[in-house]
Amino acid sequence: MSDPIIKFDKVVKRFGDHVVLDELDFEVQRGEKVTIIGPSGSGKSTVLRILMTLEKINGGVVYVGDQPLWHQWRREELVPASEQHLRQMRNQLGMVFQQFNLFPHMTVLRNLTEAPIQVLGVSKAEARQRAMELLEMVGLTDQAAKYPHQLSGGQQQRVGIARALAMRPKIMLFDEPTSALDPELVGEVLNVIRTLADEHDLTMLLVTHEMHFARQVSDRICFFDKGRIKEQGTPEEIFTAPKEERTQAFLKAVLDPDD
Amino acid sequence: MEWTSYLAPLSQGAWVTVQLTVYSTILGGLLSFLFGLGKLSHNPLVKGFSVAYIEVFRGTSLLVQLFWIYFALPLVGQAIGIDLRFPPVVAGVVALALNIGAYGAEVVRGAVQAVPKEQYEAATALNFTSRKRLWRITLPQAIPEMMPTFGNLAVQNLKDTALVSLISLGDMAFRAEQIRNFTQDSVTVYTLVLLMYFGMALVLTAFMKLLERYVGRWRAAGR
Repeated sequence: MSDPIIKFDKVVKRFGDHVVLDELDFEVQRGEKVTIIGPSGSGKSTVLRILMTLEKINGGVVYVGDQPLWHQWRREELVPASEQHLRQMRNQLGMVFQQFNLFPHMTVLRNLTEAPIQVLGVSKAEARQRAMELLEMVGLTDQAAKYPHQLSGGQQQRVGIARALAMRPKIMLFDEPTSALDPELVGEVLNVIRTLADEHDLTMLLVTHEMHFARQVSDRICFFDKGRIKEQGTPEEIFTAPKEERTQAFLKAVLDPDD
Repeated sequence: MEWTSYLAPLSQGAWVTVQLTVYSTILGGLLSFLFGLGKLSHNPLVKGFSVAYIEVFRGTSLLVQLFWIYFALPLVGQAIGIDLRFPPVVAGVVALALNIGAYGAEVVRGAVQAVPKEQYEAATALNFTSRKRLWRITLPQAIPEMMPTFGNLAVQNLKDTALVSLISLGDMAFRAEQIRNFTQDSVTVYTLVLLMYFGMALVLTAFMKLLERYVGRWRAAGR
């Protein structure tokens, strides 16, 4: 039963001379929750940023659903995607950023309603109702009228998650969602993501350094090193019996930093 | 002659100065956005035209621009068969606006570019079109950043209106010159005019501050 919703086919990404993704092959199944771990600079975030169309690719093909993301078909040939094609594809994806990236000039409520109204053409009343449901889910109904700078980091990130969900994406991308938070605020954000992980249909792709959390919520863990997947498997396999030496060294360094 | 008798003609001039300032600042503000955003355009023609406009009007003297529009342009128009004679008020407003617009365009460009790129990324991730991203995400954040400099430019513009007296427009500086020629009372006349310009600048600055607070009111929420 292979029904990948995301497929990277020999994808190359370079920044200048630096190769970030080196002919990466990578698949995510519909509804699967996948966590990407690995040392910094290994291309983890780049995978998410390519999917969100924030970063172009230099080679290979990325598929989302059964359509190429950065290309489109023209007379049975793949040509670079038009903005129109990209806009169509983006509708399936939502992203949560490390630095939240909320719109500072909008209230929490408007952060959640602006894109549904302006992009999806949803009515104001409907967008508002959906926003309040989402705020309820992330436990912030009482903060709806506030501006982002009036919220704690943890609250802002919960708004960030709700804002992405307001667009009803099929795939949620989490780019180190707790890395910018004070340690005592990490839990509240992870709890929200954990709730989402229970949703059967939602495909989740997560980049994080929270290893225990990754172990709890993921169906599969991918260890990235030097722009490739060095090793992947179930959380059990990766965390209890990693095969590769590089994976063992990384996990040891992350899990027992004092040794 | 009593100094109070200067007040009536000076007030008449002051009204002209106020009108010139208001019209040219508003028009200049529009030009600032037009060409400031034009300079950021991906269209090479739009971008090139905007850059040329900004450089030409920042790189030449306002006085010469004014004379050119008022004295030279009608002759150019005559040569190519178009009537380009403007009344002094129009020539004055247009010259001032074109000049302040060139400086303002750089302010707009700078403020738009200073909006963090993360905001673009968030807007892209939410699938905004580039136009809606500009109007709903970028500009609302950039405009409060422009306001302090726009305030300075507006005051600068107020003071520059004195130059239009040289194309025989009856503004405050023009009236002062008339009174001085008539009475030779330079000290009183110019002191009065100095104070009147200063008073206008204070009012203008206060107004721009209010405007600044209004467009950036979200920044003060809860503080």
